[in-house]
Amino acid sequence: MSETILVVVEQREGKLNRVSWETLTAGQTLAAETGWTLEAAVVGSGVAALAQEVAAKKVAKAYAVESPKLEPYTPDAFAAGLKQFLDSQQPKLVLMPHTYQVRDFVPKLATAMGRTAITDCIGYKKDGDKLLFTRQMFQGKLCADVSFTCDAPWFVTFQNGSFRGDQIAEGAAAAPVETFNVEVADAVVRNKPQEVFKEAKQAVDLTQAHVIVSVGRGIKEQKNIELAKQLADALGGEVGASRPVCDSGWLPMDRQVGSSGQTVAPKLYLALGISGAIQHIVGMKGSHTIIAINKDSEAPIFEIADYAVVGNLFDIIPPLIEEVKRAKAGG
Amino acid sequence: MKILVCMKQVPQKDAPLKLNETGNWIREEVSYEVNEPDAYALEEALRQKEKHGGEVVVITAGPARAQQVLREALAKGADRAVHLEDNAFVGLDALNTARAFAAAIKEEKFDLIFTGLQSDDYGYAQTGVVLAELLGWPHATIIMQIEKNDTRIRVKRELEAGFFQYVDMPLPAVLTIQSGINKLRYATLIGIKQAKNKPLRKVAMAEVQAAVSANLQKIERLYVPQKTKHTEFLEGPPAEVAKKLTDKLRNEVRVL
Repeated sequence: MSETILVVVEQREGKLNRVSWETLTAGQTLAAETGWTLEAAVVGSGVAALAQEVAAKKVAKAYAVESPKLEPYTPDAFAAGLKQFLDSQQPKLVLMPHTYQVRDFVPKLATAMGRTAITDCIGYKKDGDKLLFTRQMFQGKLCADVSFTCDAPWFVTFQNGSFRGDQIAEGAAAAPVETFNVEVADAVVRNKPQEVFKEAKQAVDLTQAHVIVSVGRGIKEQKNIELAKQLADALGGEVGASRPVCDSGWLPMDRQVGSSGQTVAPKLYLALGISGAIQHIVGMKGSHTIIAINKDSEAPIFEIADYAVVGNLFDIIPPLIEEVKRAKAGG
Repeated sequence: MKILVCMKQVPQKDAPLKLNETGNWIREEVSYEVNEPDAYALEEALRQKEKHGGEVVVITAGPARAQQVLREALAKGADRAVHLEDNAFVGLDALNTARAFAAAIKEEKFDLIFTGLQSDDYGYAQTGVVLAELLGWPHATIIMQIEKNDTRIRVKRELEAGFFQYVDMPLPAVLTIQSGINKLRYATLIGIKQAKNKPLRKVAMAEVQAAVSANLQKIERLYVPQKTKHTEFLEGPPAEVAKKLTDKLRNEVRVL
C-alpha cells in the first residue's frame, strides 16, 4: 500500500489561508518525488465547501474534518479532533503551514500521539530513501537538515513563503471529498477564546508604500530614528522597523514589519541596522530591491540583499541623505 | 501564585558561529546570553508575583555555563532556581527537554509555567506547549498580557498581522510569552548580593533519565545557508558609498 502525505490546510472564517496553497504545493512536489499519495484536510465546523475548493487541486482526496467544537479555534479541540482523524488515517507525513495557529496546537498534537514535529522548515531534501527537512537555526545564521528517528506520522510545518502557492497544480478532475466527523467532549476544551480584534486603526499602511526605510537594533537609540525619517522623506517613503525597535517603544507597533507586523513588498526596502531574524525576513523578502546596511558582515539580512554595505550606518546615512536630495534636485 | 519560568542560555546575537568537526552542531567556544523571550517571561513572572504574591522559580537545562542564566534571574528577583546540569541536555529535542523538566518538578505545585515563545538557537517554539500536554494542563501561546481573577486568568494572545485575542482559561496553565510584553528590569547590586544566598538545586541527568528517551528527530547536518541571491557589496569611504548607493537608486532601482 502506498504511503500517504496529508496536508492540513488552514481556514479562518470560511476562507482558506493563502499559505495553505504553498503547503499544498510542497505536498504535490513531495508526492511526485516519493510516489506517495497526496491527500488534504480542512478542519473546522461547516468546512465542506472549503474541502471542495481544495479537491479541485491535484490531490487524491480531500477531507472535511468536522465538529461544532472546532469553531472557534482552540488548541484543545484541534489537537483532539485531529488526533482522532490521524489515528484512523495513519498518514506517513503530515504537512501544515507554520502559522501562529499551527504553532499553537502542533506540538500538543504530536506529543499526544507520542511523535514529534519538525517546525518552521523552508524546504526538504530526499537523500536516498531518507527525507530531510531543512530549517533555519540561530536566527537564520545556519541551516540544519533534520530527519525523523521515530515512527510515522511525521509532522512538518513549512515557513510562509517557502513554496510558491501560485505554482500549485490543478487536478484533471475534482477529487472525492469525504466528511470525517470527530467527537470532542465538552470537558476537553478548557480555553474560552474571545473575538479576534485589531488594537487600533492602523495609522500607517506600509503595504502601500513604494519605498520603506526600516530600522533595527543597530539604530541604537530613539533619537537616531530621526535619521531614518530624514532618509525616508528624501526618498518619498515610509519608516518601518523590526520588532525590537517597536518593543522598545521607539516607533509605534503599526510600523513593524515581520510575522507579527505587516508583510510588505515595496519597490525598495532599505534595511538599516537590521540583522535579519527570520521573523523579520518573512515580512519583507518579497521586496523588489533590498538594500542592507549593517556593521556585522555575517548578518543574515545580507543573504537576501541586492545591495549591501558593511559599515557604520551613522557614517553612511548623512551623506546618503545629501546625495539623494541632490539627485532629486536634478544635480 | 507560584510561577515556574523555563529559561535557556543561547549564543549571543552577534556571536560568530563556527561548526564543529562532525558538522552537526556549533563549537562551544562562543559567548552566551539569556534567550531574549525568556527574559520577558521572567520579567512577567516577577510582575505577577509583585501583584499577587507567591514565588518565582526559574529552571534551565544545560552544562555548567548555563548557571549564569539562573544567577541573573535570581539577582533580578526570582526566589530559587533548578539547574538540570549536563552537557547532554544541549542536544535534547523539545519533547525530551519538556519530559526532563516535568520529571524535575514533579514534587512541586505551580499555578503557572512561563516559557519564552521560542529560543534564538533552535527556534522550534515547542517546549512550552509540549510541557503543557505532558502535564495535562491547558496552554496559550504568544502572550502579551496576563490578568488573574480568582482561579482563572485572562490572557491576550498575539495573532498574525496585527490581530489579537483574549482567552479565558483555568489554572494551572502554561503560557509562552512574547518579547515586548513588558519592560525588562536590571538586576540591582543588592539583588546580585542576595542571589548568592538563594537556593539553587542541581538535577543530574541520572535523576530524570527514566523520563527521557532517544530523540525523535535528529540534526543530520548543520551548515551555512547557500545564497540564492546575488548580492553586490558596495565598498569605500562613507561619502563614496553614499554616491554609489544613490547611483543604484537612480539607475537600477529607479526610485529617484
